Amino acid sequence: MNVNPYLFMPELSMFLIIALLFVQAVGSERMRDKVGVWLPIASLLPIAVSLLSVGQEGLFFHGAYQIDPLSQFFKVAIAIGFSVTIFNATRQPTLETEKRSDYFLFLAISAWGLMMLASSVELITMYLALELSSYALYAIIALRAKDKGAAEAAIKYIMFGAVSTALALYGFSYILAGMHTTYLAELVQKTWSFEAAPMAVTGMGLFLLGMFYKLALFPFHFWCPDVYEGASNETAAFVATLPKLGAVVILIRLAAMFKPGYDITTVIAVLAALSMTFGNLAALAQKDVKRILGYSSVAHAGYIMIGLVSGTAEGLAAASFYTLAYVAMNLTCFWVVSRVSVDGRNLQLDDLNGLHKRAPALAFALAVGAFALVGLPPMAGFMGKLFLFSSGWNHGYNWLIIIAGINTAISIYYYLGLVRHAYTKDAAEDLPLPDTSAFSFAGAALLSLLVLGLGMMPAGVFDFALKVGSVMP
Amino acid sequence: MQEVAYPVLTVLIFFPLLAAIGLFFLRGENTVRIYTLVVSIIELALSYPLFAGFKLESAAFQFVERMDWVGQWGVEYYLGTDGISFLMIILTIAVLPLCVLCSWTYITTRIKEFHFCLLFMTAACVGVFTALDLVLFYVFWEAMLVPMYLLIAVWGGPEKRYASLKFFLYTLAGSALLLVAIVAFRVAGGTFAIPELMEQNFAFSFQFWAFLALALAFAIKVPMFPFHTWLPAAHVQAPTAGSVILASVLLKMGTYGFLRFNLPLTPAASDYFAPFMIAISIAGILYGGIVALGQNDIKKVIAYSSVGHMGFVTLGIFLFNQRGLEGALFQMLNHGITTGGLFMMIGAVYERSHSRELEDNQGLGKYMPAYMFFWGLFALSSFGFPGTNSFVGEILVFVGAFEQNPWIGALMVPGAMVAAAYMLRVSLKLAWGRPTSWKQWPDLNLREWTYLAVPAVFVLYIGLAPGLCFKIMDASLIKLEKDVKEGAKIVSIQKENPLQLAFNSLKGIVK
Repeated sequence: MNVNPYLFMPELSMFLIIALLFVQAVGSERMRDKVGVWLPIASLLPIAVSLLSVGQEGLFFHGAYQIDPLSQFFKVAIAIGFSVTIFNATRQPTLETEKRSDYFLFLAISAWGLMMLASSVELITMYLALELSSYALYAIIALRAKDKGAAEAAIKYIMFGAVSTALALYGFSYILAGMHTTYLAELVQKTWSFEAAPMAVTGMGLFLLGMFYKLALFPFHFWCPDVYEGASNETAAFVATLPKLGAVVILIRLAAMFKPGYDITTVIAVLAALSMTFGNLAALAQKDVKRILGYSSVAHAGYIMIGLVSGTAEGLAAASFYTLAYVAMNLTCFWVVSRVSVDGRNLQLDDLNGLHKRAPALAFALAVGAFALVGLPPMAGFMGKLFLFSSGWNHGYNWLIIIAGINTAISIYYYLGLVRHAYTKDAAEDLPLPDTSAFSFAGAALLSLLVLGLGMMPAGVFDFALKVGSVMP
Repeated sequence: MQEVAYPVLTVLIFFPLLAAIGLFFLRGENTVRIYTLVVSIIELALSYPLFAGFKLESAAFQFVERMDWVGQWGVEYYLGTDGISFLMIILTIAVLPLCVLCSWTYITTRIKEFHFCLLFMTAACVGVFTALDLVLFYVFWEAMLVPMYLLIAVWGGPEKRYASLKFFLYTLAGSALLLVAIVAFRVAGGTFAIPELMEQNFAFSFQFWAFLALALAFAIKVPMFPFHTWLPAAHVQAPTAGSVILASVLLKMGTYGFLRFNLPLTPAASDYFAPFMIAISIAGILYGGIVALGQNDIKKVIAYSSVGHMGFVTLGIFLFNQRGLEGALFQMLNHGITTGGLFMMIGAVYERSHSRELEDNQGLGKYMPAYMFFWGLFALSSFGFPGTNSFVGEILVFVGAFEQNPWIGALMVPGAMVAAAYMLRVSLKLAWGRPTSWKQWPDLNLREWTYLAVPAVFVLYIGLAPGLCFKIMDASLIKLEKDVKEGAKIVSIQKENPLQLAFNSLKGIVK
């Protein structure tokens, strides 16, 4: 086997970080304190490396591992997301010092697993990468000092995760039995209608459940708000964003099998519609900011599906673009949540009151993030929705676009609620001061610029995403 | 006539935006006010090339700027103006200095942010009236929501939170389907460029739904009865400048949308829905007038009168004849001038009495003659007194209505009468009512004279010499009328019952 190590430099750079963190985690106590010093800087390395390896292409490990524009696009996104979450988590107040390096170690392992997931083009490889990224998360969700909610969240995540994994594995066996292969390249050649291959379609359905679980698509979403609420703000920021990238990359790889008109595509379209509607309606009633973001992510999982059911390169590109935009918008919101909650508690809407006076930069970033999630121009969310709707129209699922439009209208209320509390209400006097340091300002400014930039100048990223969309496994 | 060497429209959009950023480097309240005033006057001066270069006889888009934005999807940065948008652009820019002046002593908190919102609004509104790409239009359309929301929510009256939320939810919810319609146009027509889409004849089943999606967004913005409930709340709670912008510019966006999108892009569906649109326009005229008659809050009177006045505009639009269209566009301009003026007057008296109740502001005639002079002028204009600007617009809509169908004309008459009744009632009490609190307020000062004189001059100028406005709008409106009539003829309308038609069209959309 001729393996060119340059092709997986992003994974190697992430592995280097993992190795260093491992040494630190098992090292002396004095060593462990230093993690916050070097890691944020080191986390920039995978971004640089994955950007450099964007043009690479190759196939190895007996055809199970593919380097192509799709994988490289998502590796860049994962690296950026990882770096932002690391910066965000350096000041996590609910984590004991001695657990710090373990915490970061698990985050890095999860990101590493997701990077590998981006390149997997064989079902078992995918499964392994997926579990690698998930197990790390199971561990860190519970890491919130002496908090019962965190333990409950972790148990929920593990239990539901285990069930969905079991279903996915079960699905594998059906696919293997029905199609006699686990390689996507061969699987896409087959006919995926229920009449032609009932067993394989059932198996694919079960396998997709696992992905839908990661993506928190209705009805596999129930863990999501609870886990966000139970996990610390910084952990929730990670769980809410990066695993979604992993799930979407897999769905894009599988999308060649979702031709419009196939039963399985219709099922996905229906789930998408339900997911948007349920997520948005449930979010209307929430008071806890993380639960709002949790339900909003259920709704957004539905929006992303529009690109997948359209079955065109534009649709896949739109889904990739929207996922990237979603990660940026969500990280912006979570950045604000983490900086406002200086003591690590869960923020209620009222805790945001008067933020524009207490921390104008954070209030602005929150407004940018929230309006972007609504899909208000000129933010990234608007362009993402425009691409999704344009790609989806006239491919047999116009009703889905209309439902998405109506859902956008429903979602305005709760996103606006975030801004309303920050800008038009006065703060209670006993609220703790948010973090207004230069660090907090710089993060808010960079993330807002990213969200605005993706919205105002999307052409470059979208053109790249289009290359992604044209890659079928 | 001279060629303009630089992109005028882009400058008009981005100059206030850049100037708005400059606000954050300033110190001192008055510095901020003076700076914004200077910026607004420069903006006005920058619009001079529009006058100098606008070709009156041409119906084509002028001052066109076009470049790629998101190449892959065919989204362009595409601006231009014609006789329909020209007056709206000028109105938007002209209102800005007046808003700065009328807020001079009214706004005392968060002054920088307030003026930032004003400048941002102006940029977005000019963008709406100049955009010739559907996506660009949508971007500006939504972008102006945030500053307007903040104007009401931060500097508004006691019920500001409720009013601002209602305003935001209504308008944004209305435009959610607008985005879907935009996408549908792109897929059906192959482009986002409005002039190119106007050339095409879409199938009726497509037009049917596209019309509804567009009309919902625009009808909420106008606002047409029964989507008007956000308007009185927003008007009453907004600060004076907010009310002025809302009345003068924002409401026009809805009717502009009908003229720019519904009529040319979905002519057959517009024709099909015209009776319905005319019916709810008349309902709006009557409803707005009758409710205004019963209000004791002066601002509410004017707010409800806006519902009625905008009813005249939408009625004129859907009459589908030259007089109706001219009258509608005229009324858009006139309502901007007159109602803007009235809101500024209410702001001026509110600063003295700290109340908008009619009871608390009676008997001003004796001590504030200048104030009552302006009020009288704007009030006369508001109900369409001959010699004032609104007379020209209203009479055109009337003529158009009688041309179309005498019954429509006859139904409008009570609307005009009610308008006279409520304006006279308010004017009577303001001028000669018995004052309940005896305080002698000072008459208008120089600043107030300045910002009231400008609309007053236009009330009389347009009322007495409307020729220039006709010249500006006529070529474009004649073309619009011709295109719509031809478009409606080409695309046949199935003679089925409306429910069956809706169902069939729905099947076409859902497939």
